[in-house]
Amino acid sequence: MYPAQFQYHRATSVQHALDLMAQHGDDAKVLAGGHSLLPVMKLRFATPAHLIDIGRVSGLSGISESGGTIVIGATTRHADVASSALIKAKAPLLAEVAGHIGDPLIRNMGTIGGSVAHADPSADLPAAMMALGATMELTGKGGSRQVSADQFFVDVFQTALGSTELLTAIRIPASSGACAYEKNPDPASGYAIVGIAVQLTTSGGKVSSARVAMTGLGPKPMRLAAVEAALAAGADAASAAAKAADGIAFIDDARGNASYKANLARVYTKRAIARAMK
Amino acid sequence: MATAAPMIGASIKRKEDGRFITGRGKYTDDINLAGQVHAAFVRSPYGSAKVNGIDASAALAMPGVHAVYTGADLKAAGVNPIPPGWLHAGIQIGDRYPMAVGTARFVGEPVAVVVADSAALARDAADAIVVDYDELPAVTDGPTALSAGAPQVHANATGNVAFNWQLGDADGTDAAIKGAKTVVRQHLINQRLIPNAIEPRACVAHHDSANDELTLYVTSQNPHVHRLIMGAFVLGIPEQRFRVVAPDVGGGFGSKIFIYPEEVVACWVSKAIGKPVKWTATRSESFLSDSHGRVHDTDVEMAFDGNGRIVGLRVNTVANVGAYFTLFAPAVPTYLYGTLLSGQYDIPVIHVKVTAVYTNTVPVDAYRGAGRPEATYALERTLDVAAGQLGVDPAELRRRNFIAPTKFPYQTAVALQYDSGNYEPALDRALTMVNYAQLRKDQAAARAQGRYIGIGLSAYIEACGLAPSHVVGSLGAQAGLYESGTIRVHPTGKVTVLTGSHSHGQGHETTFSQIVAHELGCSVDDVDVVHGDTSKIPFGMGTYGSRSGAVGGSALFLSLQKVKEKGRLIAAHQLEAAAADVDFADGKYFVKGSPSRSKSFGDVALAAYLAHNIPSDMEPGLDSTTFFNPGNFVYPFGTHVAVVEVDADTGHVTVQRYVAVDDFGNVINPMIVDGQLHGGIAQGVAQALWEGGVYDSNGQLLTGSMMNYALPKAEFLPMFETDRTVTPSPVNPLGVKGAGEAGTIASTAAAANAVIDALSPFGITHLDMPLTPATIWGAIQQAKGGK
Ligand SMILES: Cc1cc2nc3c(=O)[nH]c(=O)nc-3n(C[C@H](O)[C@H](O)[C@H](O)COP(=O)(O)OP(=O)(O)OC[C@H]3O[C@@H](n4cnc5c(N)ncnc54)[C@H](O)[C@@H]3O)c2cc1C
Repeated sequence: MYPAQFQYHRATSVQHALDLMAQHGDDAKVLAGGHSLLPVMKLRFATPAHLIDIGRVSGLSGISESGGTIVIGATTRHADVASSALIKAKAPLLAEVAGHIGDPLIRNMGTIGGSVAHADPSADLPAAMMALGATMELTGKGGSRQVSADQFFVDVFQTALGSTELLTAIRIPASSGACAYEKNPDPASGYAIVGIAVQLTTSGGKVSSARVAMTGLGPKPMRLAAVEAALAAGADAASAAAKAADGIAFIDDARGNASYKANLARVYTKRAIARAMK
Repeated sequence: MATAAPMIGASIKRKEDGRFITGRGKYTDDINLAGQVHAAFVRSPYGSAKVNGIDASAALAMPGVHAVYTGADLKAAGVNPIPPGWLHAGIQIGDRYPMAVGTARFVGEPVAVVVADSAALARDAADAIVVDYDELPAVTDGPTALSAGAPQVHANATGNVAFNWQLGDADGTDAAIKGAKTVVRQHLINQRLIPNAIEPRACVAHHDSANDELTLYVTSQNPHVHRLIMGAFVLGIPEQRFRVVAPDVGGGFGSKIFIYPEEVVACWVSKAIGKPVKWTATRSESFLSDSHGRVHDTDVEMAFDGNGRIVGLRVNTVANVGAYFTLFAPAVPTYLYGTLLSGQYDIPVIHVKVTAVYTNTVPVDAYRGAGRPEATYALERTLDVAAGQLGVDPAELRRRNFIAPTKFPYQTAVALQYDSGNYEPALDRALTMVNYAQLRKDQAAARAQGRYIGIGLSAYIEACGLAPSHVVGSLGAQAGLYESGTIRVHPTGKVTVLTGSHSHGQGHETTFSQIVAHELGCSVDDVDVVHGDTSKIPFGMGTYGSRSGAVGGSALFLSLQKVKEKGRLIAAHQLEAAAADVDFADGKYFVKGSPSRSKSFGDVALAAYLAHNIPSDMEPGLDSTTFFNPGNFVYPFGTHVAVVEVDADTGHVTVQRYVAVDDFGNVINPMIVDGQLHGGIAQGVAQALWEGGVYDSNGQLLTGSMMNYALPKAEFLPMFETDRTVTPSPVNPLGVKGAGEAGTIASTAAAANAVIDALSPFGITHLDMPLTPATIWGAIQQAKGGK
């Protein structure tokens, strides 16, 4: 299908992109890898009059480390994240999650910033962002601000990004290999029906703290606070995971009813914790 | 016959694949004609709606837009409804105009068309057309459509009944069921499937006003049928001035048999505006407009004596046909379904009743297997329920009821006469391949550890090689189902094959070349196969119903015999021998007993065309055309076994093994046949586990894209383990049956049976497909709660 007509702009710098965004306001959309935006444009669910392509803005892509923090540029592709030696060593959970996205074609085009900014409730990366305690760098005309993953995801396809802001980088504190991502992919789309990302901090072979985040089963990714508390208090995988659905109001839909979803949350949480603990 | 490496039976690589895998295939959308314009359709967003008016002024004002037409415009110009090609007594046909006239009956029904300079512009213009609708209540489910007070889809089909059809002995079945020791009753839903050929439907229509000739390039499985129906019944164009070309076609599965509105509209508009008109479906349009498959709601009653032998079978089916009949639709839930309900079993008395019902959905028609998967599923699923109820092993229950090999030809209680068959060897081979006895032990051991393994059998038979024309004619077909095959030998001995069948993935260019090479002793590279063009092929009925090898291949085989015989007379003349003393082998005619006195086939071909030295009473040239009309259907059969594991924590199903033992008669290219089988198995397993088209009660298709309609992916499936038994078919000279649909026919029941078998410790005896994790997990919870 053909998208409605639009005008294409290639941004040459972050500043240029911000200028174009200010100029075209709500008529414009930022284009990164295009793998969420173009499908909805082809279906004419989205009909932006202007596309601002940030794909060739230099400095927006790449992976580096400074002072125990991994910095990932917004236009870094999923495939580069998944195969980065630095990420494999210092944020192995992120490498694993990025490797679960779609198929090689998708991973070669889609970007980390695009996925996070899009905030699809079934996307994989948002769970990793929360489990890793990532911080989003949002840049507007007046400069940059830092927003934690917990604050960033607001609702279905809604984030803390202002309409004239660009997501420019993602910062992740270096973490250990005590982590796992367990995903149940939808057989049609490949997106997560449920995805549970677990990042444990251990000392002396024991869990000292845990971050557990879930994607797929609600309007936005969420931390499973009761599970985290149980793990920090020394619970094993089964008893911690038993709390995975506590306090969450699941809804019935085509993917299953609420009790099935609560069950998926518990089962996949258990599997992810068990593997992270191995 | 050739003594060199025989080409029949050789797994040579497919000749056509070079161009396909290097992007050089020529599909309809690759065809661009000078001056062409592009069509886009405005489609009803409602399941049922009155169309009050259409305002196209904004669209027509856009630069580059040529015209807008509505259903009423075409009707006023004399374009007729598109008729179904098969009729039953009492059938109520709801007229299907190419675009809605007054009432739109399903979401996606064309309402208006725009033509513009580009496809993108046509789409923009279509979006600018304002249609004034009154939404009406819709009905999408078959049984609901039959209920009192349901919205009426067509005024002439009271209670939405399109037809009532029955076959077999009602009273006898009644008596058998009353007198039976055990009656197993099961309600089964065979859900809606949405075909998804990789290539979407497309057409390019070109009316040439200089000589009033129309050419239509179209994604068709049967271009002559397109020409006949569109020309003679819908548009009123003389056949000799109407050329239909189906170039490379990227998959059909039945969905490209039918005559679709868009093709009719493109033809008509091309003449109206004097320009070639092109249209290619988007994937979203495919979901909303390609005829869907299956959609049966069935009650089965299977009656047994005290020895586990079936004494009678009653089947009651509500077949949802959607909003209109497309070409094959009346035949699918009747003659391609009811007649197959004896399966491989010796069932003395059967009665089947089918109620075809209109609903506000996409039309439902033939989809790979067409009726036969539905029959196999009804029988094989119920047999497994029966096995549980009777406490007999499912393999044993089947074996006990097989038609004995001594009983062939076997007259079933539902009209068909099976020519040949021997069912136990295929079952035995399949059981050996899975190591059935051990597997049952493993299953028991796994259960003890809380793991749920399931083993599912499906012993199927299909009637294909469509079809003996006199038989189908007496059953309501509006056409014969023979096939034409021409062998045109060129003066150099190279061969062009013209076949009325059509390849859209089946590899005919290779298979048919092999038949020729085998018979003439030449290389397959000396043979080119031409199909899909009404201006080149004498006539043809196309490809569906696993017919191309059995019917089309046989026509070629017979033409080859005629060519060889004429060549023999020429060779005998030149060798100064009696014709009876001349033999043919390895591409040479030679005098029996003195092989050095010989003429190559090429020399003979040249002689035939030079005509300097051929028998004086002989016409020059060397070619032959045969119309082969089979005397009966062919009956492939076999046993498939699926092994699955169900994760009781999530309901997730893993297919661990899949074994298929089939009898396709003689096999021309085993690799191609395996490929057909593999694809079919994937498609059938997908019905059991993943695919399902879902409408809401307003007529909105909830599964209108690949994001929510789960097509099978290779990683979902194990490597298939296949083997064959060979019982040549007696109804055609090649002894071949058909292999295009068998995988789909057998595998749905095998996979579903395996899942239910895995769930038997929970007391679950049946679940409707697709057997999704949510369905399975829910059933397990219910079962646990009920304990
Ligand atoms: C077939 C298919 C399968 C997929 N499977 C999966 C899957 O299994 N799991 C999964 O998680 N995802 C999946 N995806 C989505 C994929 O990961 C996308 O790449 C991702 O969601 C969006 O990234 P993108 O770079 O393509 O963004 P785009 O499509 O270019 O943009 C997406 C949205 O984000 C906005 N945006 C992009 N970058 C920025 C920025 N720097 N600042 C502000 N706004 C921005 C855009 O304006 C747009 O609204 C799949 C996609 C496809 C097509």
